[in-house]
Amino acid sequence: MVLSRARQSYDGVVLAVPVTVPYQRYSIETAHWWMGKALRALADGAGISHRDFDGFSVASFTMGPDVAVALTQHFGLSPRHIDHVPMGGAAGIVSLRRAARAVQAGDADIVACVAADTNQVDTFRKTLANFSRFAQDASYPYGAGGPNASFALIARHYMDRYGATREDFGKLCVAQRDNALKNPNALMKKPLTLEQYMSARPIAEPFHLFDCVMPCAGAEGFLVMREETAVSLGLPFVRLLSAIERHNAFAEDPVQVRGGWVVDRDELYGMAGSTPGDMDFVQTYDDYAVISMMQFEDLGFCAKGEGPDFVRQHTFTVDGSFPHNTSGGQLSAGQAGAAGGHLGLTEAMRQLLGTAEGTQVKDAKLGLVSGFGMINYDRGLASAAAILARAS
Amino acid sequence: MTGPFLKPKRKNPLARTTQPLLPPQARSRKAHGLTLAAATGRFMLQCCGECGRYTYPAREACPNCLSSDLTFRDAPTGGSLLSETRIEVTSDPYFREHMPWRTGLVQLDCGPIVIVHLHGGCGGPGSQLKLSLQLDRAGQAVFFAKPVSETPHMEDDPQWREMTADPKHRRVLITDGRSPLALPMAQALKKAGAARIFVGVADRWKPLDQQALLAAIEGVEFVDLDLTSERSVQELAMDIGAKVEILVNTADHVRPAHLFDAGAANAAREAMDHTVMGLMRLAQAFGPVMRSRGADGAAGAVAWVNVLSVHGLSNVPQFGVHSAAHAACLSLSQWLRTELRPGGVRVINTFTGPLDTEWFQTVPPPKVAPKAVADAVLDGLKRGLEDIYVGDVAKDIEARLFDNPKAVEREAGQ
Amino acid sequence: MSGDILGAFAGALASGAVRVVDLTHTLSPDFPVIVMPPELGQSAPFRMERISRYDGGGPAWYWNNLSFGEHTGTHFDAPIHWYTGRDLPLNSVDTLPPADMIAPACVIDCSRQASEDADFLLTVADIVKWEEQHGSIPARSWVLLRTDWSKKSAAAYANLHSDGAHTPGPDAEVMRFLVEERGIIGFGTETIGTDAGQAGHFTPPYPAHHYLHGAGRYGLQCLTNLDRLPPTGAMIVAAPLKIQNGSGSPLRVLALVQERSTR
Ligand SMILES: [Zn+2]
Repeated sequence: MVLSRARQSYDGVVLAVPVTVPYQRYSIETAHWWMGKALRALADGAGISHRDFDGFSVASFTMGPDVAVALTQHFGLSPRHIDHVPMGGAAGIVSLRRAARAVQAGDADIVACVAADTNQVDTFRKTLANFSRFAQDASYPYGAGGPNASFALIARHYMDRYGATREDFGKLCVAQRDNALKNPNALMKKPLTLEQYMSARPIAEPFHLFDCVMPCAGAEGFLVMREETAVSLGLPFVRLLSAIERHNAFAEDPVQVRGGWVVDRDELYGMAGSTPGDMDFVQTYDDYAVISMMQFEDLGFCAKGEGPDFVRQHTFTVDGSFPHNTSGGQLSAGQAGAAGGHLGLTEAMRQLLGTAEGTQVKDAKLGLVSGFGMINYDRGLASAAAILARAS
Repeated sequence: MTGPFLKPKRKNPLARTTQPLLPPQARSRKAHGLTLAAATGRFMLQCCGECGRYTYPAREACPNCLSSDLTFRDAPTGGSLLSETRIEVTSDPYFREHMPWRTGLVQLDCGPIVIVHLHGGCGGPGSQLKLSLQLDRAGQAVFFAKPVSETPHMEDDPQWREMTADPKHRRVLITDGRSPLALPMAQALKKAGAARIFVGVADRWKPLDQQALLAAIEGVEFVDLDLTSERSVQELAMDIGAKVEILVNTADHVRPAHLFDAGAANAAREAMDHTVMGLMRLAQAFGPVMRSRGADGAAGAVAWVNVLSVHGLSNVPQFGVHSAAHAACLSLSQWLRTELRPGGVRVINTFTGPLDTEWFQTVPPPKVAPKAVADAVLDGLKRGLEDIYVGDVAKDIEARLFDNPKAVEREAGQ
Repeated sequence: MSGDILGAFAGALASGAVRVVDLTHTLSPDFPVIVMPPELGQSAPFRMERISRYDGGGPAWYWNNLSFGEHTGTHFDAPIHWYTGRDLPLNSVDTLPPADMIAPACVIDCSRQASEDADFLLTVADIVKWEEQHGSIPARSWVLLRTDWSKKSAAAYANLHSDGAHTPGPDAEVMRFLVEERGIIGFGTETIGTDAGQAGHFTPPYPAHHYLHGAGRYGLQCLTNLDRLPPTGAMIVAAPLKIQNGSGSPLRVLALVQERSTR
């Protein structure tokens, strides 16, 4: 078997126009309504018509029964590159990677990457009940606790094995809340103390209320194009230096203690010509703090099992020693379904464009965004990461 | 640790009866391999015919070698707890009424990782566990993990009780007090803690052989019940329908007749009237109220037991009418099972070989003692089974039908 | 007798000079039926299943389907019921001569003896004694054996033991005597059969059935209200259902009794 050659670079691929359609806890609208808002904002932000998007990549849990091509008619698009990326928290980076290759190859000039989900009163339950065949057969009938219960099993094991405590998880949650208070679009607007975190009502041990994201409705989007396209449109942009994805890694681990990042991280940093220590900020996929901790380890910020110690040594606030989830992350900004996977990307773009306003990390030049998702049965299957850089 | 399940208080007549809800029911077709195992109390997992590895959740190809030769095979029941949680909040209406709910992640000794319902007596991560496949209130197979050795009040664990039909503190109707099964059944139910045992007797003007012995069992109450009379069945249901949490249908009518006998049609009609139509009348009278009481307190309606002849699965000419009647009963019971499922009430079919009674006098051994049937029914209630095969003949026919139903047909009567 | 007999009869009915006594039990599912050894064919008990009651099955009407054996409740036995009568002409209920449906009755009160002995048997001596008081039993009249058995509860009524039923009835000789010497039209009882509970052990077995039907005579059983009949003088109306080739049928049995005071 011929071994794979080195990955081609992402030279010349840029991201522009980060869009966040402000979240709502509940919405009577459909996912399509939220997508329409995002597409409109992307077109307005780029100063072109949405008909000029010749690439379209969408992620959503609630767009059924439509598929991506149906949405082209719905929104009056006529793209030559189309993608549906139903990968939850990994969808943002996976969309970005595919869009990057499309614009590099000339299959498309401008790819609109959109993630949107609505949250009607019963949406969350229905999504859980029909999430996957394995979930339907083998996890949902066991208490129907959804991701809270599934990740509780992972978290409990992680605590037992590596000595993480609830206080460690709490520290990350509290720091993200501090960040969220600087983000006017975050759903959570009240400060959170560690005492409040510790004494909150239990949801699925070891998780209590503030360990869990709040499902909501919302949309995120960005444009992917070649640098010359951005320049010709006069758009500020950020560069894509590297990106990886890996699915169903380490299937032999009895309980998930690591994600697929470990397999490809050397390539991630190698392509970017950087090291973990070079990052000015990190946006992890924070459906639970334990998963953020796992990403710190698997993306090389500390060794496996040192996550708890790493957390104890940093502040994770915008102005602190390791700026992390600067928008407040999903835990404090809200989890708008599949848009949760795009949240870190749009926030990273703003940081590197210098438009993050209240949450701006000083002199941010290089940032890492990580995605994770799809707890098909007992573990998250999809992991992905990207390194973005300021244009100049 | 599990506390004892105490006799529930009398229900508040001013409060609305809790309506039955079911745990999530959707399953893939392959997953019903587990249902097949759980129904008979077996523990089976998909096993690859090529590489020999067990796999879970149920799938269409072996993840190790991509073979599609995945059959459900008996598997060792041991495992160790990797992690656990206690769910306090759920989006599912059924589980919401049973919070908190303990689940765990278990590494089976044979390899696969399974999410399980965790018995309250289980220790924390690292504990060794004994697993079983159970049918939950929706009738779907789920894994249940218990401690390896007995703990106090083990059978009283509230999650375990949702998977079973334990007679403890429940009221039971035995439909045919004249059946030789009635006495051992009543004795076994009493021993298992049944609160009351109604014993139906048809034609009270006829002597009842076991009257004194039955009457000596505390909690036994004789009631008029003639399964061949719609009125009799309806009237009893009006009296005690809302008090029956477990119904044990012991009705039978064995009369030898050759298919070509002049009177065979009468024999068949009578047998059908006592068995099939009797079951139909019972279903009509007791089914709706039992279904509505599936969540009526911690000891609500829970099970409907039919004692059927294993010959209902494949006709034997010596008991041709009997076989035909029980085949019809089986079909009807499947229908009843579907109708009772929304109430979370399970239908248990107990297939027995020839009983050691007058009507099977000429049949050579092995025969089934009535007490063995009673013990098997009790075991099935306590373990939450759906299909029980009692005695060597029934087990033999079950295995042979599984292997080759045509061979069973051809060899019948030889 | 002159002129308008039926007119006079109508007048007597209207005035109460002739009283109508119902000798019939209510047909209900709970009423005991004859029990045969279980390997033999069984008589179906009375069953009633609703067709509709002003409901979806029939919005404005109420009706039922019935099922029962020919020998259920208060019922009539035709000669064809027994092998001894199988070759006789007009031996089934559909061919029964209508004139035979109305006949006088002699009521033999053995209620005291039956209360003392469930296996009490009517003998020729009892008939002789009765005839000394009431005169000879006329030919073509019913002989009704009063035992007050109809007043018993269901279990005592069937009175089943491990050696079979124990209920009163006629012995073999008295049946031969009544049929052959007196020429009665039929024999009626309050018990489940015209024969005694233990009559299978008699010679011939079931003598009431044997002699009555062998001679083309009839049986009535499960009668009630025999205590309201005079020893002689009552007219019995017993018209079974006209069932093709039927061996018997449930029926309404009426007795016409002339009030003594108006005599
Ligand atoms: Zn294999």
